[in-house]
Amino acid sequence: MAVDLDRCTGCEACVTACRTENNVRIAGPEQSARGRAIAWIRVERYYEGEFPDVRVKFRPVMCQQCDAAPCEPVCPTFASHHTDEGLNAQVYNRCIGTRYCANACPYNVRFFNFGNPVWDRPLELSLNPDVSLREVGVVEKCTFCVQRIHAGKEQAKAENRELKDGEIQPACVQSCPTSALVFGDLNDPESAVSRLSRSSRGTKLLDDLGTLPKVTYLKRYE
Amino acid sequence: MNEQKINDDLLRPLRRTSVWFFIMVAFLGTIILVGFGSWIYQMWNGLAVAGIRYPIFWAFYITNFVFWIGISHAGTLISAILRLVNATWRRPVTRCAEVITVFALMIGALFPIIHLGRPWLFFWLMPYPSERQIWPNLRSPLAWDFFAISTYLTGSTLFLFLPIIPDFALMRDQMTGWRRRIYGALALGWQGTTKQWHRLEAAMQIMAIAIVPVAISVHTIVSFDFSMSPVPMWHSTVFGPYFVAGAIFSGIAGLILAMAVLRKVLHLEEYLHPLHFQNLGKLLLLMSLLWGYFTFVERLTTWYGNSPAEMAVFWETQTGSYAPLFWTMVFCNFVIPFPLLAIRRLRTITGTVIASSTIVVGMWIERFLIVVPSLARKNLPYTWASYRPQPVEIMITIATFAAMTLLYTLFAKAVPIISIWELKVGGHRQPVLTPEQEEEHRELWRTRP
Repeated sequence: MAVDLDRCTGCEACVTACRTENNVRIAGPEQSARGRAIAWIRVERYYEGEFPDVRVKFRPVMCQQCDAAPCEPVCPTFASHHTDEGLNAQVYNRCIGTRYCANACPYNVRFFNFGNPVWDRPLELSLNPDVSLREVGVVEKCTFCVQRIHAGKEQAKAENRELKDGEIQPACVQSCPTSALVFGDLNDPESAVSRLSRSSRGTKLLDDLGTLPKVTYLKRYE
Repeated sequence: MNEQKINDDLLRPLRRTSVWFFIMVAFLGTIILVGFGSWIYQMWNGLAVAGIRYPIFWAFYITNFVFWIGISHAGTLISAILRLVNATWRRPVTRCAEVITVFALMIGALFPIIHLGRPWLFFWLMPYPSERQIWPNLRSPLAWDFFAISTYLTGSTLFLFLPIIPDFALMRDQMTGWRRRIYGALALGWQGTTKQWHRLEAAMQIMAIAIVPVAISVHTIVSFDFSMSPVPMWHSTVFGPYFVAGAIFSGIAGLILAMAVLRKVLHLEEYLHPLHFQNLGKLLLLMSLLWGYFTFVERLTTWYGNSPAEMAVFWETQTGSYAPLFWTMVFCNFVIPFPLLAIRRLRTITGTVIASSTIVVGMWIERFLIVVPSLARKNLPYTWASYRPQPVEIMITIATFAAMTLLYTLFAKAVPIISIWELKVGGHRQPVLTPEQEEEHRELWRTRP
């Protein structure tokens, strides 16, 4: 995935889309203040300068799907593991809630279910049947909408054709009004996301930690 | 002191029970029940009732875990080292030290389970024959923890049990009725033959040698829980020895407190002398200096390295919201104990007890300051947060201290807390404060000045 920070307006459409697509629980204002809110993607706001010359900067942060992910080796039950496709997967059924992965993750994109999730009526009607609900005591995080990746692959296979670039879009990418988020196959050097990842504007988040993230942030040098 | 008097004095707590014992057990039992109830309440409602939050996923429970595993380093390690160097003054001290290890380990090992999101699945940490053939992840420091703690618990239980065997036999011969049967079973057919004594000595020697590397590795592995993650001020090479030094430090302090209480409550003034507190006080002084050195080294390298992520944690503990705790810790672990333990006139029973009390508090704070501030100030400032403990966490913490006291009380009621046969072997001379070598040296000085 590539995130163009020069395009991001901080509208948080990605956050809302992700919540709906992935059945992310709703914590409410009180519990959110106590640090129980879950957001697989968040838009970080940083302010620069002194009032009144303040500039606000936005940075959408989701799981970076690291190739050398610190969360994976520390899990004692293999709940956090690397798939053959290179995704960083979380097996909810296998998770016993040590929260070690969440501590080890330098991006703080892993979330813990402090209680059982509840949806006030009629919100439960909006739940996505393709995504499992997470029970109390397990850790969850962004999957790059793995259900959409699999559905897209199945579709292409059924129609006996190759996947087209940009055919699969996670919910955040699909809903971004400025196309700041771009998703695709990094193994294909011609894909849009590959070309953006090679851009001279590109950096990785906390690159010096050596986690080899798969998300590239694009920012004009000032 | 004759053998009959040793028997009478040390078996007295087993024979006679005052009403205070029952009041004590009821009081501690109530606290433990409340603590247990808090845990059930937490399991029922989820960890939402605890103070942990995003992104401070570890706090009081892990602090308690590290603290209690640290306390457990008093006994077995000290006792093993004193046995190996054949320090004769150790005789009345070893057993009350070894018991601390076993019980502190049991309590400490509970915390990784209490803190789990789904504690009923804790057995997934163990390598058991699962029908799906899933093994625990042996690359995870938490899996190492499981093996380290279970090895240490097995080892220290054996190390505690072996030297009690002759005492169990003594109790079997002294008691009647059901007690005689229980102690008889525990004595494993001990008759006191030369062969049995020889084997016991050999087994104790092997255990004393084996337990030292195990003890050191256990707390190193506990430190690996932190130092293996790329978290600011956790990812540090000094953590292994720093944790071991802190563990022995808090362990000796716990031992001195336990000895002082036993001395008063069980009237063991003739067995636990000021000399024992003096000697352990010297050891405590050494560990206090070592702890101060490690803390200084850790802080200095962080400050000099000036990495932005680490400096956020550094200033938060040095001058920020955790600064009151940090400086309390420095006072409790160094400023108060140092003069009390360094000046011979102050290194009395009262002096060492005051020093030990502040050290136990200080070391608990130290564990807290290792766990929490780093998580509160991780790499991305947008996620910074602060932690406030909630009643369940506080209650469970208090309950563990009650559990330690209760287990210790019950043990002292069932088994003589000072090794009777070892005292008899040593002849239990009145220890002298001036070591003999010094006397010899004076003699030399007088004849050939």
